[in-house]
Amino acid sequence: MIKKAIRHIVQAEPLLFEQSSPGKRGYQLPELDVPVVDAATVLGKGNVRDEIEDFPEVSEFEVLRHFTRLSTWNYAIDLGLYPLGSCTMKYNPRVNELVARTEGLAWAHPYQPERLAQGAMEVVAALEHALVQITGMDAVTLQPAAGAHGEFTGILMIRALLETRGSARKKILVPDSAHGTNPATAMMVGYTVENIKSNDRGMIDLGLLERVVNEDVAGLMITNPNTVGVFEENIKKICQILHDKGALVYMDGANMNALVGVARPGDFGIDVMHLNLHKTFSTPHGGGGPGSGAVAVAEVLTPFLPGPRLKRQADQWAWNYDLPQSIGRVRAFYGNFGVLVRALAYIMAHGGNGLRQATLDALLNANYLRTLLEPYYQIAYNAPSMHECVFSDDRQAKEGVRTGDIAKRLIDYGFHPYTVSFPLIVRGALMIEPTETESKRELDLFADAMISIAKEVEENPELVLKAPHSTRTSRVDEVTAARKPIVRWQPPARVSQAAD
Amino acid sequence: MSYPEAYRYTKEHEWVHVDGDHATIGITDHAQHELGDIVFVDLPKSGSKVTKGHTFGSVESVKAVSDIYAPVSGEVVEPNPLLSKHPEKLNEDPHGEAWLIKVKLASPSEANDLLSAADYQKYIGAE
Amino acid sequence: MLAATGLESKEDLVSYLPADVRLKTPLDIPHGKSEYEIIEHFKQLGAANGDGYASFLGAGVYNHFRPVLVDTVVSRGEFLTSYTPYQAEISQGTLTSIFEFQTMICQLTGMEVANASMYDGSSAVPEAAMMAVRITGRDKILIARTVHPEYREVLKTYTQHQGFPVEELAYAKSGQLDIDDLRTKLNDQVAAVIIQTPNFFGILEHVPEISSLVRSKGALLIVAFTEAVALGLIEPPRDADIVVGELQSFAISPSYGGPYAGIIATRNQYIRQIPGRLAGETTDSNGNRAFCLTLATREQHIRREKATSNICTNQALLALMATVFMSLYGKEGLRELAEQNLAKAHYLASKLPLKFDAPFFNEFVVRTNGSSPDQINSSLLNRKIIGGLPLGRFYPELADCMLFCATEMNKRSDMDVVAAAFARF
Repeated sequence: MIKKAIRHIVQAEPLLFEQSSPGKRGYQLPELDVPVVDAATVLGKGNVRDEIEDFPEVSEFEVLRHFTRLSTWNYAIDLGLYPLGSCTMKYNPRVNELVARTEGLAWAHPYQPERLAQGAMEVVAALEHALVQITGMDAVTLQPAAGAHGEFTGILMIRALLETRGSARKKILVPDSAHGTNPATAMMVGYTVENIKSNDRGMIDLGLLERVVNEDVAGLMITNPNTVGVFEENIKKICQILHDKGALVYMDGANMNALVGVARPGDFGIDVMHLNLHKTFSTPHGGGGPGSGAVAVAEVLTPFLPGPRLKRQADQWAWNYDLPQSIGRVRAFYGNFGVLVRALAYIMAHGGNGLRQATLDALLNANYLRTLLEPYYQIAYNAPSMHECVFSDDRQAKEGVRTGDIAKRLIDYGFHPYTVSFPLIVRGALMIEPTETESKRELDLFADAMISIAKEVEENPELVLKAPHSTRTSRVDEVTAARKPIVRWQPPARVSQAAD
Repeated sequence: MSYPEAYRYTKEHEWVHVDGDHATIGITDHAQHELGDIVFVDLPKSGSKVTKGHTFGSVESVKAVSDIYAPVSGEVVEPNPLLSKHPEKLNEDPHGEAWLIKVKLASPSEANDLLSAADYQKYIGAE
Repeated sequence: MLAATGLESKEDLVSYLPADVRLKTPLDIPHGKSEYEIIEHFKQLGAANGDGYASFLGAGVYNHFRPVLVDTVVSRGEFLTSYTPYQAEISQGTLTSIFEFQTMICQLTGMEVANASMYDGSSAVPEAAMMAVRITGRDKILIARTVHPEYREVLKTYTQHQGFPVEELAYAKSGQLDIDDLRTKLNDQVAAVIIQTPNFFGILEHVPEISSLVRSKGALLIVAFTEAVALGLIEPPRDADIVVGELQSFAISPSYGGPYAGIIATRNQYIRQIPGRLAGETTDSNGNRAFCLTLATREQHIRREKATSNICTNQALLALMATVFMSLYGKEGLRELAEQNLAKAHYLASKLPLKFDAPFFNEFVVRTNGSSPDQINSSLLNRKIIGGLPLGRFYPELADCMLFCATEMNKRSDMDVVAAAFARF
């Protein structure tokens, strides 16, 4: 039975361009207090464009209605459990939104004089300090804009360090359970990628690792807990194997929500790692960003951090650009500052004890769901789960129903699906991460839905295969979208012209 | 779908049809079936070289990319122009109309050690 | 819940972690604070930041009005707290808005295809350069010194270890790219030439002339922009092969440098080389119009080490801000806004000694004859005005110059104060 959702009317809504009519406007500019200048005269005729062809012309209220209607077509964490494994979809406290809009912070220009930017610099300093505490590393840069950007920054620092030791070396080891960003990053830093096979418990195979680590290996990119939600129990030994050969260990911190206050990467041998502030530290995903990929490093890598760095000078914060060994900038200015404000507010609200409590709650929620679902779905590996649990669709596949189908059927039950078909080492993976901010009631509803679907798979697989049945939009034809890409709107007249 | 006797096959699921010092190359019906709905085919330009056992292009479905390996070495005479507009043909007629490239062979005997139709079918049956 | 899970205490949840990795001491972070305390704390930090100054800073980050509706829309939880729209059936809101965003970026830039956003303008530059390297099979990059200096630094960081040589192109006395220098350095190893218009000095470049020169050598032209408002009025870089830029001007608050929204746009023929996410139109199983992420095989989660980029999370919510902004201003409004910027900047410029003589939009370089940028700025700060950006840090040869920007937010009375400060020295 579907308990969490009922159907209701959804507003239809055309694209803005289709509502446009000439002369409509949704703005009012202030009266100009200086003389008007003629654009063609001061810029030259050839430099002035005609109208922006086909650009929308709508009223203010139409704009509001348009985007409000579109918003109702979305699922969101505000509507319910969003159990995407590896994505840490937790509640986004609204006080964070408020403080990020504080006038003096939100309107601070990155080039305003440092003595007029002390408040913003204090935010950066305080967050760097807190993240050093949480990771057990020696320094943090907040410049990278997202997790993958942090990976790029981290691997570049490894490369820079190794170059000072005489050779950048050739390759980066990446477990076959890793996020796709890991191998893509290694390539962007000029390394080749060697994939290493996980053992039958979903973990790094120590014997294999010892065989493949040699003087060509610059580093290992490891996710811990790994993408199966399991802590690499030999992590210290793994780091030792790499370090013995002069290689470094990069940790993908996507799963840091399992470790905050419980264990620190700096204490178990990690050399460099990133944190996804938009996962662990509750800044909203916003439909795909902005994020922030803070990078923490051990002392040996600190000279290579991107610049500028904060320094204390005559009782004030100042930016230090004199960093001879720095890898340079990875983006303009100092990072996604607005995201940093939100993350700092989250850390302040929790405090050290609260952060640890949140971690334990996240582990409890994941293990609770695992317990409820294990009788119905095949757990991928028997090892203890941390903040997420991964199942395989083995039992359901026998009835011709795959993980992607179960995911779509979950939508009918009022939930966002889990992460589908990842990690790649699990056949037909269902990767479930509830996070600490879900109540028992919501978890029970979710488990009921999953159990009900498992029964449907046996009794009426067609029902699952054709899901979702209750959404505004039914299954989307992704094949045609990819074969004949239409990635922008065109007026009907032009579309038919193009087809002729 | 039948596997033409005149073709030779690889364990990477390509076929090659040798005709004198020229050959036509494609992917097998088994391969297209495993890939699912094909949305894009990336092929080399005329005049480029392909080397036996090395990739020369790729075939994409919505959520996967598969490299295609050359069963023989040679110079590309023509990539199939049909596939840039109609990748779906590769699902419909992989052994015929939806061939991938025609090549001028570097060494026509290279195809001799590939699988026969019967052996290939035995191979995919066991896979 | 504990009992159901077969555990006695929450500590059991971590008891299997090896003893030598478990943290034994509490984190050194103060006790949790109330909402009230947090708000007060950040208010104080905001005040410590020099609130309430008028500003003439631009240089890649612009002071434009943010229409109220922008925050109304992006504060809706359905936009704010949703993930990347991988599940199309329950993400049509985000997907539709991305499709509209991509369309508006194409209309604005004169390109045929745009992605769902990049981190920011600066990181879009190396992404475009790598795209050009893939397309041309060449590896050398030429970049004008009139491109934002921090964007050039980012390009250097990205390219230094991939073995792509980068060479800079001088600017002429006019403040525009030195075409002769381009002609000298352009050869058949060059994958891309990167310029910015309006450039870092606020000056418009001759895109068509540069384009035909670049094309004649088989290289691609990448055109960057930092001031998106200019595109309401100036001829877009239709002759470019790739356009990258920064949308901060479109209702994204300066926020001490980020988060912003970068764009990358190009021609249809290069669609499969574009990095990042793309939304596409299709139908659902009932034949209704629907949108989904498409051409995902370019991306890291599928192609892994062979992906067009490692980019994953982008700047969706900021792109939505820009979309709402563009919708509100629309065809006429964006032009009118650009015209106001032009008028304000030209009013201020008419009272100051200019360094360059080529046409400019809302920024321009000023000489501080007989004084220094610091002297001018100190005297303005006393009047609660943040002056222009001293250029010496980025261009040693322009140590006596500063970059001023005037937008619709600058009042004539403040501009007169600036003019008076210059007149005094």
